[in-house]
Amino acid sequence: MIDLTDTSSSAIAAEFVRARRRSGSPAMGMIMTLVVVADTDDADEAMAVARTASQEHPARILGVVLGDRRGGSQVDATVGIGSGASGERALIRLTGEVTKHPESVVLPLLLPDSPVVVWWPGHAPRDPASDPLGRLGTRRITDAAAAPAAKAKAMLHQCVSYAPGNTDLAWTRITGWRALLASALDQNPGKVHAASVTAERVSPSADLLAAWLGDRLRCEVTRRSSEGPGITSVVMSTKDGDVTISRPDGRLATLSSPGQPDRPVALKRRDLDELLNEELRRLDPDDIYAATAKRMARSGRRAPAKRTRAAAK
Amino acid sequence: MTVRAVRPARASDRNPLRDPQDRRLPRIAGPCGMVLFGVTGDLSRKKVMPAIYDLASRGLLPPGFSLVGYARRDWANEDFAQVVHDSVKEHARTEFREEVWDQLAEGFRFVQGDFSDDAAFDHLRQTIADLDRVRGTRGNHAFYLSIPPRFFPDVIGQLKEHGLAEPADGSWRRVVVEKPFGSDLKSAQQLNATIHEVFPPESVFRIDHYLGKETVQNILAMRFANTMFEPIWNANYVDHVQITMAEDIGIGGRAGYYDGIGAARDVIQNHLLQLMALTAMEEPISFDAHSLRLEKQKVLSSVVLPRRLDLSTARGQYTEGWAGGQKVPGYLQEQDIPSTSTTETFAAVKLEIDTRRWAGVPFYLRHGKRLGRRVTEVAVVFKRAPHLPFSDTATEELTHNALVFRVQPDEGITTRFGSKVPGSAMEIRDVNMDFAYGGSFTESSPEAYERLILDVLLGDPPLFPQHEEVELSWKILDPIIDYWAAHGQPDTYESGGWGPESAVRMLARDGRTWRRP
Repeated sequence: MIDLTDTSSSAIAAEFVRARRRSGSPAMGMIMTLVVVADTDDADEAMAVARTASQEHPARILGVVLGDRRGGSQVDATVGIGSGASGERALIRLTGEVTKHPESVVLPLLLPDSPVVVWWPGHAPRDPASDPLGRLGTRRITDAAAAPAAKAKAMLHQCVSYAPGNTDLAWTRITGWRALLASALDQNPGKVHAASVTAERVSPSADLLAAWLGDRLRCEVTRRSSEGPGITSVVMSTKDGDVTISRPDGRLATLSSPGQPDRPVALKRRDLDELLNEELRRLDPDDIYAATAKRMARSGRRAPAKRTRAAAK
Repeated sequence: MTVRAVRPARASDRNPLRDPQDRRLPRIAGPCGMVLFGVTGDLSRKKVMPAIYDLASRGLLPPGFSLVGYARRDWANEDFAQVVHDSVKEHARTEFREEVWDQLAEGFRFVQGDFSDDAAFDHLRQTIADLDRVRGTRGNHAFYLSIPPRFFPDVIGQLKEHGLAEPADGSWRRVVVEKPFGSDLKSAQQLNATIHEVFPPESVFRIDHYLGKETVQNILAMRFANTMFEPIWNANYVDHVQITMAEDIGIGGRAGYYDGIGAARDVIQNHLLQLMALTAMEEPISFDAHSLRLEKQKVLSSVVLPRRLDLSTARGQYTEGWAGGQKVPGYLQEQDIPSTSTTETFAAVKLEIDTRRWAGVPFYLRHGKRLGRRVTEVAVVFKRAPHLPFSDTATEELTHNALVFRVQPDEGITTRFGSKVPGSAMEIRDVNMDFAYGGSFTESSPEAYERLILDVLLGDPPLFPQHEEVELSWKILDPIIDYWAAHGQPDTYESGGWGPESAVRMLARDGRTWRRP
């Protein structure tokens, strides 16, 4: 890795080319630019996760750290390629006035004619699609559960400001649940007349899961609280009885359905790099998430407003 | 807004949680189980069992999935579970996680018996019925025959006799077989007749693990999802095609299987002819099993052999030598190989496809053991430019343009074209441009067996050759094998090289050379 102090976009781009030459491999084969917008504290960890993900999706990873807004405007960067990962990486630290114009630094560094993904591993703008960096992206990934405070509210904000291309990792976290619930219904045709989701009191994923079930099943979905970890059970009531998936320990679930023996099924909570990998696999807007977010935004404006306010404190 | 296309009603359409737009949701097989014959074999332990674990680990197996082992060993269910456990620990692609093992663990059963043992098959029937009750497999079972083909008639007969082959209403029974699919047309037809007497064609899954490889499926994506390749994919632009599968290892412990079979039957008949079919076929009208198969069959039916088989085929046996820094024995010195064996360990054939698209374009197929390195690739070599405005000296080092699908290892695509050498003189030389599937990409992309076993459980057949394709392949190969059988000893080649001189001469006659892959 090469450190560039008080630098510019073109110097960073030139360093990418030099690094490739030095490693003796002029081939690129990168398929996207991944912009990681992080705080100073979590930048290293986020870059490490992005790097793991880039093994499946070779990418140019641009970490952007927005530092102190005061003082003279300065761009510093650490640039490198290789060492066990495909693609290129630059961690760019901005201080001073340039923090208000980060897109001017990132724009010249985007790979030509390929998708741009912007990921906020921690704090995210309320409306990512109108954020200066977010506007550069075709996909914008937030993580309400990693918001520094008011996680449930953060989720609601993301749902309200949904624009095509947005997703939240809270949604990614429930893919396993959704797959299992869907396959349980493959076997139990029959209308579901009520459902419930039980999870930790504050759980953006559980809120989304309830919204998704409500949207798809067109029935009342109750959201219950438990000690966790994460989501602990989902019940779908049909005329023949309840289809239940319970996961008390965050790793092994039990599927119970009417007239069938109970069966264990692995349903482990996944690590951040696995979640990011899943997100990067599809770069087009997620229509199902859009419908779920819409439903959540609608119901959020009505009833659970109280609860989200309580969670904010 | 989502626009939904009108589709025929299916079970999933009644499921409100399913939506074709929801592409995050993986295809999970419905409730089912698998019965594995030949649990002690290499293939079972190194490929099938780890693939089952990896599928479970990726959340693609149904809850309650059960695996029944059938073998002569005196094992209890726990012993069998231990065997699977060991094989998974050693060979699985994904990391070992307790909760995944817990999901599978209660579903292991073992049935002891040989293939003619009525009592054992009766026990198998009871075991399956019991699994339907306690694991909820609902009568859906796949029988995986990981055993030598000579036992197929016994096992399949027993399955029929004990009512195991007939599914109850609303459930399925499937059979999975591995290559070799016969050793010539006649034996292949017999084998197919045996299987089809009991299982209908759509319930028979022949595993050709090459077709499960991502890179092989990518040949179709490359050709039919792009515009820049298909216009030149014909005799106007293509000079010839080379399909190579080289192995650096010898026959190892497979003497009993290999001797008398040889390179052509072992690899060319199935893998290489399938690769050729995918490279040469016309665009299918859709990507379902039926349409793909139709196009492949058209290619295989239009293959013609050259008139002079002595000039257009080559075969060889490896001799003692140094390969990769190690001294290795020759084929005839391998354990359990008779010193008079005429089995070829290298085979090269030239085939032509009599269609408008390919008339006059030879397809050279070669496969050998103990060659320079392990590599499988399909190289489409283009004609030279009809006129070069450069002087002869400028283009002295320019050869043919080529597009190479690297199937394994180092999966990817290489294109080769001419480029100016920097400098004041005009000098043009070949350069390669590589597309790699990323360094570690291959680790996270599913292994061929995973994909194929999942497809069996889902009942999704596009990647499995059916009996017509198998029989057509034998029709192509039979005359060559007969010709070789009538002409004594194969040539020899030194281990660690690229095959016998006769193979080089075979291409030299056409004014061409083999690529060094």
